[in-house]
Amino acid sequence: MFPITNQQRQNRDPRCVSEDLKVAGAKTLYEKLWDSHRVCDLADDEALIYIDRHLVHEVSSPQAFAALRASERQLRRPLTHYAVADHAVPTRNRTDAIEDPLARAQVAELEDNVADFHVPYAALQGADQGIVHVIGPESGFTLPGTTIVCGDSHTTTHGAFGALAFGIGASECGTVMATQCLRQKKALTMLVQLSGIASRHVTAKDIALALIARIGTNGAAGYAVEYAGPVVSAMSMAERMTLCNLTIEAGSRVGLIAPDETTLAFVKGRRLAPQGPSWDRAASYWLSLLTDASAEYDSIVELDLDRIEPQVTWGTSPDQTVSIAQAIPDPTAIADTSARRQAETALDYMGLKAGTPLEGTVISHVFIGSCTNGRIEDLRAAAAVAAGRSVASDVTAIVVPGSGATRLQAEAEGLDRIFSEAGFQWRHPGCSMCVAMNDDRLEPGDRCASTSNRNFEGRQGAGGRTHLMSPAMAAAAAITGYLTDVRKIAE
Amino acid sequence: MKPQPFKTLFGTAAPLEQDNIDTDIIFPARFLLITAREGLGRYAFHDRRFESDDQENPDFILNQQPFREAPILLAGANFGSGSSREQAVWALLGFGIRSIIAPSFGEIFQANCLRNGILPITLPDHIVRQLLGRALSGLNLTIDLESQTVAVDDESRFDFDIPPERKLALINGWDETAQILNQKANEITAFEARQRQEQPWLYEREIDQ
Ligand code: SF4
Repeated sequence: MFPITNQQRQNRDPRCVSEDLKVAGAKTLYEKLWDSHRVCDLADDEALIYIDRHLVHEVSSPQAFAALRASERQLRRPLTHYAVADHAVPTRNRTDAIEDPLARAQVAELEDNVADFHVPYAALQGADQGIVHVIGPESGFTLPGTTIVCGDSHTTTHGAFGALAFGIGASECGTVMATQCLRQKKALTMLVQLSGIASRHVTAKDIALALIARIGTNGAAGYAVEYAGPVVSAMSMAERMTLCNLTIEAGSRVGLIAPDETTLAFVKGRRLAPQGPSWDRAASYWLSLLTDASAEYDSIVELDLDRIEPQVTWGTSPDQTVSIAQAIPDPTAIADTSARRQAETALDYMGLKAGTPLEGTVISHVFIGSCTNGRIEDLRAAAAVAAGRSVASDVTAIVVPGSGATRLQAEAEGLDRIFSEAGFQWRHPGCSMCVAMNDDRLEPGDRCASTSNRNFEGRQGAGGRTHLMSPAMAAAAAITGYLTDVRKIAE
Repeated sequence: MKPQPFKTLFGTAAPLEQDNIDTDIIFPARFLLITAREGLGRYAFHDRRFESDDQENPDFILNQQPFREAPILLAGANFGSGSSREQAVWALLGFGIRSIIAPSFGEIFQANCLRNGILPITLPDHIVRQLLGRALSGLNLTIDLESQTVAVDDESRFDFDIPPERKLALINGWDETAQILNQKANEITAFEARQRQEQPWLYEREIDQ
């Protein structure tokens, strides 16, 4: 919208040159993506931006389809949309009808809408079903160099491919359906430069949480964030997606990583990816989507990974994060009154005491899944910790693969057996306890070690308490029954 | 959907002092199963407004007089952060809220407000704090979009910024989709023709059909 405040302009990193000194023609990745999708300029410093891809799910689309019907509009390009039911679907079984009448009606409405408007649909019972942000990349619907939107804020995930991907509201979904465009204001650019070496069990999740703790949940608001550095180049696509996914928790709608050989290797051969001569042409274009050496960012943040340890959130906001070995912060030590009050409220809600160690806090639930950490690599990391061990007796632990393909792959590798034998429940794909819209939810007072992305009040069920962490850390908590440093049990 | 036009607003401001009031607090996820956009007012701030037995929580400010019918919210920083759910905005609208004043907003939430005829006003932190401090004893505000001012009980007055085109859209209740279709159809077609040349792979599936 109007994301750039004067305050932010003044807060620009002094090492960044001002707008007028920017080297003529040199562009950041974000600027290249922006320019290549600008249909025309609009008033208020905004532009009409062309949207190449739209992921549709059952929760944010019914109102958009209803608006299309009411105004007798059609979809401009039906095949640029891809629909799936993921948010509210049950994960216990896929053969019976959905029990919850509201959820059943919502999925039925989506099925009617995609049939009426000819939108490609990954059916609930089929192997293509999964979380929007997992099946987009898996199917090749997500491509580098494109603009991708979805009525879900974690659309930042697809930025891992060098795509300009951002979350939108339901009304905007309707605008994209009818016009293939959105009104947007160009963001400022922020480079997050990762240096150092992440030690074992320090994952993309830990890096993202440490970054959010450092810059705050509003720290990147108004910026398009680009991640770079040797650590990023060495990351798998799964890790890159985790990193970009969590960018929204720092307040930014856009997280980006430039396409490279790792990106191409992931995309090549996917069902909806270009083939043959088209592939070659696309691949060489995608590899040109690098920030120019002389381009300047509006802000630069450096994060040294040498100092980062496995992270766990203690509060009700993703920036309320510490290392597992640290004590729960003491609000009275916080100078800023508003942050102090917020910390006090959070501790009260979380039922925790300032100054006591976070490690050892008894949990009742474990959730491994979500678009943040529900990919095969995440399940492998959790299974490696779970293998040959047992879930603590008072803990309910569920593993919810991010997609049907992930579930099949995990079963082919025998991960489902490892989990089941250890006492984890092996589920069908969906958002599940990330958003608690189905029957996977916490009761008041339950405490959950979760690989999802939000520890907001009530996010996993009214009165439920959430600690965010990596898949290996969540698996370790499941085994001991309390928040645990995975390095102590997995060496 | 045409939003309700916004011109001036007079009314009580309800103080919600906390920072980072996220969309899960404004509209808990379990109510996202409802596919209508009307009638969501009863779910606004549901888990704060109601106890687990569905009784009203008398301690929550929006359950108290004179705030029950307040058309204005006065909130802490980063209001509406978190999820993109537009239901948060529809619920506030259904609850009778037409303007929110805060030091900053979640970006997607702010965009959603403007599309639905709710005016999000950003004022400097110290002014919001000052207003918050006075709001508990009842504070009436007059918001005038034309002159871009918030007036407090006729004694002080604060200016706010809003991009001119957004202002016009709010005042007139314009529907964004219709505007794009009516005004930019040629530009969109020209863009597609160019992109089809340069990145034909983005159109291949449509040729197959
Ligand atoms: S897993 Fe959670 S964050 Fe991801 S799309 Fe689903 S609800 Fe949104």
